[in-house]
Amino acid sequence: MHSHPDLTSSVIQGLGAFYLVLFLMNAIYTYFSFKKGGHSKFLERLTGQEIPAAAMWALYSAFLLMIAVAHLTSTSSPNAFLFKLPEWVKYYVDVIVADPVSFSVLSVVLFALMILLREWWVKPVVAWILLNVSVIALGLSMTDWDFRQIVGKPDNVPIVAMLFIVGFFTWLYFRRAIENDKRIDEGRDVFEKEDNEKILVWPDLVYTELMCMVILTVILVAWGILLHAPLEEPGSAVKTPNPSKAPWYFLGLQEMLVYYDPWLAGVVFPSVILVGLMAIPYIDFNKGGNGYYSFKERWFAISTFLFGFLPLWVAMIILGTFLRGPNWNMFGPFEYWDVHKLEVLYNVNLSEYFWLYSPEWTPWVGAMPVAPPDASLPQQARIIFLREAPGFIAVIVYLAVLPPLMAMTLFRTYFLRMGFLRFMVFSNLLLMMLALPIKMVLRWAFNLKYIIAIPEWFINV
Amino acid sequence: MSVGDYIRESQIWKSIFRHPAPHDRRNRVVVMLTNFFLHLHPVSVKKQGIALSYTWCMGGITFFLFLVETITGVLLMFYYRPTLEWAFNDIRSLRDVTTLGIMREIHRWGAHAMVITVWLHMYRVFLTGSYKPPREFNWVVGVLLLVLTLLLSFTGYLLPWDQLAIWAITVGSNMARATPFLGSEGPGFQLLNVGGFDLITSASDARFLLLGARDVGESTLNRFYILHCVAIPLVVAGLIAIHFWRVRKDGGISQPL
Repeated sequence: MHSHPDLTSSVIQGLGAFYLVLFLMNAIYTYFSFKKGGHSKFLERLTGQEIPAAAMWALYSAFLLMIAVAHLTSTSSPNAFLFKLPEWVKYYVDVIVADPVSFSVLSVVLFALMILLREWWVKPVVAWILLNVSVIALGLSMTDWDFRQIVGKPDNVPIVAMLFIVGFFTWLYFRRAIENDKRIDEGRDVFEKEDNEKILVWPDLVYTELMCMVILTVILVAWGILLHAPLEEPGSAVKTPNPSKAPWYFLGLQEMLVYYDPWLAGVVFPSVILVGLMAIPYIDFNKGGNGYYSFKERWFAISTFLFGFLPLWVAMIILGTFLRGPNWNMFGPFEYWDVHKLEVLYNVNLSEYFWLYSPEWTPWVGAMPVAPPDASLPQQARIIFLREAPGFIAVIVYLAVLPPLMAMTLFRTYFLRMGFLRFMVFSNLLLMMLALPIKMVLRWAFNLKYIIAIPEWFINV
Repeated sequence: MSVGDYIRESQIWKSIFRHPAPHDRRNRVVVMLTNFFLHLHPVSVKKQGIALSYTWCMGGITFFLFLVETITGVLLMFYYRPTLEWAFNDIRSLRDVTTLGIMREIHRWGAHAMVITVWLHMYRVFLTGSYKPPREFNWVVGVLLLVLTLLLSFTGYLLPWDQLAIWAITVGSNMARATPFLGSEGPGFQLLNVGGFDLITSASDARFLLLGARDVGESTLNRFYILHCVAIPLVVAGLIAIHFWRVRKDGGISQPL
């Protein structure tokens, strides 16, 4: 175990400022809640009385102010400080998060809830409560030494900021999309078409641009003053850091290396992602939702894109940045990065499974073919193809047989509207996008290493 | 006559700014047409099209960050020497002793911010369906700009020449070794051989092309420096011009059809 203090007085001071900002945010929210009036329906059901919502927010803000003051004026020993994350919470969070299976299941479940419960969580008060919960969770987590080591790295600060920013804009999207969906159902114009006369660029747009530039300049200068850009020891080709990580925006791709070989995870799949992105306008035949926010009119396109961006890209970056430690093992956010943590991996190829069970289940195919050491290249190739036949069949079925089946069943209308070529491109892109989660599940469920394993030629799928 | 009026009435001022500050409708139109920077804009736009909660401003912010990176980057180029002897030391003195060393911090944070704002711009364009006809091709140009933004950030990552830099680039560029046919550990490289000699070896494969050597070293630093400071920015500038021009030609900023 390590013996670093979870709390120091400078951390407590910093958190005091953090809670002070949160107090100010909630004080402003209270003001707007007061101006809007109204009472909390939730509390009315609970108590039978009409309690103004603003009163509850004022109470909560006052509570935050007290917390902030308690931090800022704390003189006791940091070890005895009251407000910190209990050890048992850390323990359970680590257990749940420090495992690729539960992490991925959690991110997919959250994604599904985000879409299903969209009308609930876009309500400003719900979103505000969710924001408060996540900010307080971040603040409490900062009382842990290990958490601070990884989240506090200067290059990781933008990622934490990105999480909140992406969350905010996703909220904004759903809020406007749901508003428009309602309008379309009622046969009204979408929001963007209403009150939409032409206005002059000078002064309206030019002013916005100027303000934008001024604010951004201030942010960048303040950021540059408050936080030094990272600079570690001078580069040395002999001292390999453990873990060695690519720049943060490529960590989703690096995470793919756990499941696919470099030629796929590092070359083919990134190329497919880019080609797929470029192909979007040419395969999306839906004319709806052009130039305005909507969900119902384009639910399939939107859900697919959001699935690719949120659980498969952003969540993988989080996993790679915050949870992958030495030897690319997974660690909980409150777990010490122990270089000696052992994870036993027994991964088995599909062909090994097949030839192991074939004497029992398919006795007519015989034993696993092995090339004699002096085999010529064609001879060797024949034996390799025979050995890996189950994998080849699986891949061919997946990429060549499945698309026609999709065209005949679930995606029949898509096929009819897209035509043969466009549908084949679309279905193959979709299947390749799903190849990552599928391989993940196969790995976790069956310890499957490769579907096709030809290490002789560096072809492993 | 106040000093301000005197300046604004002078021949020099009038030769630079063809128009006085516009206060009436006619002059507000004319000013957009007679100023080089403003003429990138149309004269008028739809009100909802520039509403913040609609456009999120992310494309414009990305462009602004590109300008910030260019300006801070040029200033850094006056100071930084891309050699094994000096690279790390120059960055360290930028942090510790050099006046205006904050340019490096702004450059770094601006780069991170630019990656994020490019994503958000794309996110908004997708969510408003703005890639749909007639804007299909401009989306493609946008994807290319996304790739180049990531490559700009990636090549810049090496320049401080610290442990973070060289190992991130090592991990990233190791992928090139596995390129099908063109990587020395990629599938099918054995097919490219002449008379039994492999054409693709660790000294001639895709990774070598990227690094200029078998490992991340001085020639890599030189190569990434040129890519980061000259080659990629030039391409990006060209594509930005096309991207903006197409916005105008493909029906202006995103709006319901």
